[in-house]
Amino acid sequence: MELKANNISFSYNKKRQILKDFSLSLNSNQIIGLMGDSGSGKSTLCKIMAGYLTHYSGEVTLDGKKIPDKDYYPVQLIFQHPEKTMNPKWKMDKVLNESWTPTQDLKDTFGLKDSWLTRWPNELSGGELQRFSILRALNPKTKFIIADEISTMLDAVTQVQIWEALINHCKANNIGILAVSHDKELLDVICDDILYFDEINNL
Amino acid sequence: MGELLEVNNLSISFTQYVQGLNRHDLKVISDLTIDVGESEIVAILGSSGSGKSLLAHSILGILPYNSHVTGDIKYKGQILDQELKEKLRGKEICLIPQSVNFLDPLMKVSEQAIGECKDEKEHAEKKIRQREIFAKYGLDESVDDLYPFELSGGMARKVLLSTALVGDPTLLIADEPTPGLDAKSVEETITDIRNLKEQGKGVLLITHEIDVALKTADRIAIFYSGYVIEINKVENFKNADNVLHPYTKALINSLPKNGFNLTEGVQPLDEVPGCPYYENCPIRIDKCANTKPQLEEHDGVMIRCFNFKEANDGT
Repeated sequence: MELKANNISFSYNKKRQILKDFSLSLNSNQIIGLMGDSGSGKSTLCKIMAGYLTHYSGEVTLDGKKIPDKDYYPVQLIFQHPEKTMNPKWKMDKVLNESWTPTQDLKDTFGLKDSWLTRWPNELSGGELQRFSILRALNPKTKFIIADEISTMLDAVTQVQIWEALINHCKANNIGILAVSHDKELLDVICDDILYFDEINNL
Repeated sequence: MGELLEVNNLSISFTQYVQGLNRHDLKVISDLTIDVGESEIVAILGSSGSGKSLLAHSILGILPYNSHVTGDIKYKGQILDQELKEKLRGKEICLIPQSVNFLDPLMKVSEQAIGECKDEKEHAEKKIRQREIFAKYGLDESVDDLYPFELSGGMARKVLLSTALVGDPTLLIADEPTPGLDAKSVEETITDIRNLKEQGKGVLLITHEIDVALKTADRIAIFYSGYVIEINKVENFKNADNVLHPYTKALINSLPKNGFNLTEGVQPLDEVPGCPYYENCPIRIDKCANTKPQLEEHDGVMIRCFNFKEANDGT
């Protein structure tokens, strides 16, 4: 499958345009890195590709077709701060199973411990929460993952663990990854190709 | 080189209410020992959300009321109690806070840097000093009258740094000064911190970014599951063979530039009877399961492990 962003332009207000005629494409078997400075609009692009923002011009297509917004959205976004993406009044069990029920096998691969499931989000560390937010995004209907600085807040050991698990799962299930980060050394290791945000944004 | 700050066996826990009146103690920092000298940068490296910032807050005496602290903190050999903390903070000991959100949105930045003053005279003196420091960091006079929302991220960070420096402190505590900044701003922050060291100040740098620690610090303390497990000189962190603790080795080997090697295991959530790294440790011995190793000195390196000698001789 091919996920494509065609000539996307976007601005939050009239004063400053964030994206202009921005295009990129990635295939299901690819991991593409996207690098850029802070404030350049990386996260905005991520939100557009994952269907969070809709008032942009241009189009996001999957195999040439527009993605319907009624059904499960096949492009899933994983954020930098997992604690901000979870309902603080849900226990982790409910958070994890909101979209689908992951197999025990998969929980083990991501190092998820059963004892964590009965806790509240504020009782777990960022690294532990990030494992939950990745796993809940891996619903079998997911075709692409947009990873927006998902390991920036984690220690180096945890960073390797979650990337290994995510990449292995995506390779095996033919899920494409757009990895957004400002860490060039990390992208060099995990990506097939790296794109530079400023070079493809026509501002 | 004199000792500025000594922290001995500091533990911090919180009392939380869970469901109704059930109380529950949450231990965040256990038995933390560290020291900072003049003209020295010591980094504390641990994953985010692990409670490192609380160390900074306890040195300044700004922990919330439901916290419980044991152990002692000394400043220039004197026990730092709440009264002394309140006297010294903002003057001899200053904090560079974690985020731009620490600025008051309704106050001009120059007034924030000057802070509280007794009278007009003190204000005038501090105003001169504030101007000098702003100028040093390339903030011209037009910046003085701006409000925080009018600043870019990099300028706001310089204002935070200036705010800490107006009191001419001897000891600075920098709490996660870099996350969310792009490469250029990170370089600038690193240079700023190194400059403070040149001026003879002591800096305690709290961070989760190993690169920042490697580029600035003289010594690095590794924080794992609430414990400091190793304090070593920065030179030794270039190669996993030169650090002693198995977790530190794993940390260095997991860096993208050092091979991105996978190490299994997660930090324990609850208090364990033995070594906090027991569950994941490749060199554990029977003793580690139920006895806690102490932080001990070995050739100028502080290490918390029973078996590091044998393990390191073998390689």
